[in-house]
Amino acid sequence: MSEMINIALPKGRLGERVYAIFEAAGRGCRSVTEDSRKLFFEDETARVRYFLVKPSDTHIYVERGAADIGVVGKDILLEYSPDVYELMDLGVGACRMVVAAKKNFEDETGGALRVATKFANIARGYYDGRGREIDIIRLGGSIELAPLTGLSDVIVDIMETGRTLLDNGMEPMQTITDISARLIANKVSYRFKHAEITSLCDAIRRSIGK
Amino acid sequence: MTFSEDVLKGEELAVVRLRSLYSRYGYTRFGMSKFEEYELYSRNKSFLPSGNIITFTDAGGKLMALRPDVTLSIVKAAPGGGPPRKLYYSENVYRPLHNGREVRERMQVGLECIGELGIYDAGEVIMLAERSLETIGERRCLCVSHMGFLGGLLDGAGVGSEQGAELLKCVSGRNTSDIRRLGEEYGLSDEFCENLAELASLYGPVGEKLDILRSLSINGVTDAALDELEQTYLTARRLGAGDDINIDFSIVNDMNYYSGIIFQGFVEGIPSAVLSGGRYDKLLRRFGKHAGAIGFAVYVDLLERPGGQSGKLDVDVLLLYGEDDDPLELAGAVRAIAEGGESVRATSEAGDTRYGRLLSLSEWRSANT
Repeated sequence: MSEMINIALPKGRLGERVYAIFEAAGRGCRSVTEDSRKLFFEDETARVRYFLVKPSDTHIYVERGAADIGVVGKDILLEYSPDVYELMDLGVGACRMVVAAKKNFEDETGGALRVATKFANIARGYYDGRGREIDIIRLGGSIELAPLTGLSDVIVDIMETGRTLLDNGMEPMQTITDISARLIANKVSYRFKHAEITSLCDAIRRSIGK
Repeated sequence: MTFSEDVLKGEELAVVRLRSLYSRYGYTRFGMSKFEEYELYSRNKSFLPSGNIITFTDAGGKLMALRPDVTLSIVKAAPGGGPPRKLYYSENVYRPLHNGREVRERMQVGLECIGELGIYDAGEVIMLAERSLETIGERRCLCVSHMGFLGGLLDGAGVGSEQGAELLKCVSGRNTSDIRRLGEEYGLSDEFCENLAELASLYGPVGEKLDILRSLSINGVTDAALDELEQTYLTARRLGAGDDINIDFSIVNDMNYYSGIIFQGFVEGIPSAVLSGGRYDKLLRRFGKHAGAIGFAVYVDLLERPGGQSGKLDVDVLLLYGEDDDPLELAGAVRAIAEGGESVRATSEAGDTRYGRLLSLSEWRSANT
């Protein structure tokens, strides 16, 4: 009998879309959609066990080997650089990491640029590459509020449609990188469950037409 | 006095077994101080897995560091050439665990072979790496890669060092979609990108995957790297290495230090590599020494996990005594039990001790009179 694969999926909308991909690849688990409070689901026949975790924690479960594989946004991979394999771009959850500011903002390069963000490492990497001195302001949410209240000059954040920025009188200035959901694997599980993980990847590739 | 291996914890047992394995093949112990001058590490920072180093100033005002690595100390002391010098060590190093920032004291056992090296020496080191894994885990694999092959591929395609480093990062993450994206951005040929993507995904026994590697070889440098890989593998097998040696080019290391075969070892149940090593002639050159060097380290601290020995008892016999009991009689009972081959703890309260059987001194007295 093949070995069970432990899969960490992000809770929420992205997780639902990703689960649909796994289901279409023949690795569904009926109870996932039945009980909205449970966080742990197992299907003996499909040889899969799903954990529903906070999106920003998925890579931790995979890196530490609690899950063999998982799905995580490229933003998280860029920010935390976990020691995992990045096996596939699933093509869902597409958005952009952007620098945004109030309309008509111009960067006067005299002093350090104040950057509000949840993604301090991405912001630092981007501005280091341009030789621009910045002052990072780490925030947990509602990043768009920072330039409006004078807390920061710009923000570095994920933009899906740009609607939230627009509604708050802001606009994207530069795209740092494109973001989408990635299938990641623990480096040891990949070796000891190689047949199971590669067969699952092949099934997903066929299912999403890659 | 003989002793039972049962008294050793996972980490201690591994150290004893590994030292015995390395001694059997003529490696001698290299002992060293816990600290070195900080300059040794600051000059070779990218050789180290982390820049987090604990430093302090000694009585003479010199900046010192708690040793984050053993190899640099051995290389510093090594002679330039001559026949291979074969050394092993078991030492604590001070470096962070996983991706963390906090520096921890971590036990490492490893070996280094430095001098004029041939295929035999590399094969012997690969065999010892594989046998090291055998001593610490039932299900295991040693994964090998070759920096010369990767370097030859990139040079052959005219890829510069900065772009090469980005591409190697993708290979080490088996990230084929970013290999193709970067290839397009850098204006590299589709054929090169597809070959690199295939190399990144390649995984399996050396015997089965060498033909695929040969089909990806593009010049004399990559051909020579594959010949060396094959000969080293065959030598290791002849020396008794198991067949769990796999080709795995996701193992990538710094080209400024590593020149040839590099490898990592894994055992089931431990979520990161427990063994890491490779051929690092270029590091020796940075020290002005013209010789070859190959070695590896086993991170034995990873074998120690809380709960890993569930069901294991603290003691065979828990001997309970009261305030009025005669200490000399208690001493006689403890001695008799211990010399009878069982472990014993004398205590006035059981507490949370995990024991095989519980005995009061009066019960022992009635059973032994």
